[in-house]
Amino acid sequence: MNKFTLHTGIAAPMDRANIDTDMIIPKQFLKSIKRSGFGKNLFDELRYLDEGQPDQSCEGRPLNEEFVLNQARYQGASVLLARENFGCGSSREHAPWALDDYGFRSVIAPSFAEIFYNNCFKNGLLPIVLHDDKIDQLFNEAAATEGYQLTIDLDRQLVVTPSGEEMSFSIDDFRKHCLLNGLDDIGLTLQHGDDIRAYEEKRRQQAPWLFGAIK
Amino acid sequence: MAGQTLYDKLFESHLVRTNEDGSSLIYIDRQVLHEVTSPQAFEGLRLAGRKPWRVDANIATPDHNVPTTERSGGVDEIVDPVSKIQVKTLDENCDEFGILEFKMNDHRQGIVHVMAPEQGAILPGSTAVCGDSHTATLGALGALAHGVGTSEVEHVLATQCLITKQMRNMLVRVDGELGLGVTPKDVVLHVIGVIGTAGGTGYAIEFGGDVFRAMSMEGRMTVCNMAIEAGARVGLVSVDQITIDYFEGRPFSPKGEHWDAAVAEWSGLVSDTDAEFDAVVEINAADVEPQVTWGTSPEMVVGISGQVPNPDAEKDKVKVDGINRALKYMGLQADQKITDIQLDRVFIGSCTNSRIEDLRDAAKVVEGRKVAENIIQALVVPGSGLVKAQAEKEGLDKIFVAAGLEWREPGCSMCLAMNPDKLGNGEHCASTSNRNFEGRQGFGGRTHLVSPAMAAAAAVTGHFIDVRELIK
Repeated sequence: MNKFTLHTGIAAPMDRANIDTDMIIPKQFLKSIKRSGFGKNLFDELRYLDEGQPDQSCEGRPLNEEFVLNQARYQGASVLLARENFGCGSSREHAPWALDDYGFRSVIAPSFAEIFYNNCFKNGLLPIVLHDDKIDQLFNEAAATEGYQLTIDLDRQLVVTPSGEEMSFSIDDFRKHCLLNGLDDIGLTLQHGDDIRAYEEKRRQQAPWLFGAIK
Repeated sequence: MAGQTLYDKLFESHLVRTNEDGSSLIYIDRQVLHEVTSPQAFEGLRLAGRKPWRVDANIATPDHNVPTTERSGGVDEIVDPVSKIQVKTLDENCDEFGILEFKMNDHRQGIVHVMAPEQGAILPGSTAVCGDSHTATLGALGALAHGVGTSEVEHVLATQCLITKQMRNMLVRVDGELGLGVTPKDVVLHVIGVIGTAGGTGYAIEFGGDVFRAMSMEGRMTVCNMAIEAGARVGLVSVDQITIDYFEGRPFSPKGEHWDAAVAEWSGLVSDTDAEFDAVVEINAADVEPQVTWGTSPEMVVGISGQVPNPDAEKDKVKVDGINRALKYMGLQADQKITDIQLDRVFIGSCTNSRIEDLRDAAKVVEGRKVAENIIQALVVPGSGLVKAQAEKEGLDKIFVAAGLEWREPGCSMCLAMNPDKLGNGEHCASTSNRNFEGRQGFGGRTHLVSPAMAAAAAVTGHFIDVRELIK
């Protein structure tokens, strides 16, 4: 997994609540059996005016010029500013894969849907929750200043604006540790293999019908 | 000390260890796999040289991509080449790792959340995951079931555990008795309308009260299925005799002495009467009428006697923007009557509403009637091969076909339109599925979520109508 330590990048404001994962990456692109290549279809139905197909080149497709990521000033954006309940709906991990593949390293919103929030951490993408007032401020500043960039310091748990204002955010220690070091959860969990085996043995005594039944 | 909630009992009885930061490792008894969210997980195992921790904890079936038209030619004849690869990849992965799979043309194949309970593969008191957010369905069985992403699918395959945090507890209590024509789907849509699409975020929702105690297992599954549309990863119903009766004699249910021991254990799977919930929502059953969603989020829902909302009546700017955007996308006017919405297609199916009781409800409404002329297509897609067989035994297929609906093979179908079943641009659909998001059922498609009875009523009238007018 990619490490996340310190990142500075252009912030793109997506001023819409309840962005669902169908919107982040529509279903026709979920047929891929790979983890990569979803970036060109990120927000496909918002970004293009036609219906996208898997395995189709996106060059020459008609763009929705009003869509935030199609505006010249937000080219190369790597921080997405979003509204409440971002990532709701389907559990598809293709959503963080698409954001990551497009080049986003972080999404900042007042709230996230749980499964999406969780999926981000598995992919080196940092979801940051800030209070509504701070989010409004960032939206206003990003709209007012072309090339508006934010710095995210995971170690210090800060979002830093161009004027130097620091906004702190919270994050679970374990998730922070994994992101800072690019650690794979599975390897870490397997270090507790003895605990798992001990539990499993107890479980087998307690509910033997759950073992060996499905074959 | 206060008693425990069912969620806390299930969570604590599966706790392997708690990390210093409060995150926990819980043991997962069962994983259900399908073709869309598993290929990258199996690939991850292979790349790391890992094997599944416990093969007999897994069961698989393809559902999202499978065609629902005649498919006796098997996987090789799936027309969409990308879908074909995905279904084949599931077959190959299950064969390679020795995981039991009901392949596309097995009579037990079906939508994961229909197949797994029907087989007794998920049992009360167990923990389960599936790479699908509607795994919340399985909480109706008194199981702790989480929808997970693909990395977590791989994590559970490799370790038999999930890293998670104990959720807060919410009780949604619906007391009283539901009126004629008001179904479990209407109850859950009403609940989502009350608490909102993010109202359950961070909570496990237990559905309690008279209405859920009287509800069948299939109805409870419909309700828990949509807990995720209220933001909750977990929906639950306490175990009772209805639960226990449901499991007797299912293929993977315990047998003999194990059955007796299991029943004794399952009987304790209830929230204690003095359990404390962090949030309680109380609803009177008499206030619930047949529901229809008008917008592009499941919380944008009203009763059949209602009308499309007017943004001028709303103060919150984010909400006003949401309503305006939804009106534009849906092609509706503020204050328009719900019964004036004209429809183009009807879809009866999905993990929410494709079980036998759903099909019976729909058949009862269409029997002796004809699909309205303005309806281009009305699909009935049973949730599994076994549901299909049962419906055919009862003659429901004939009722549907005589009325002009199409009778299909089992799968997820038009709920998310990964297979060829989809809406055309701008078409309105009365759908028994769970999400009315933009583009969900096809590019530019306009979804209205309803119960099977309401979808059937819409099919025969061509617009929304209070189903109670047809079944009086």
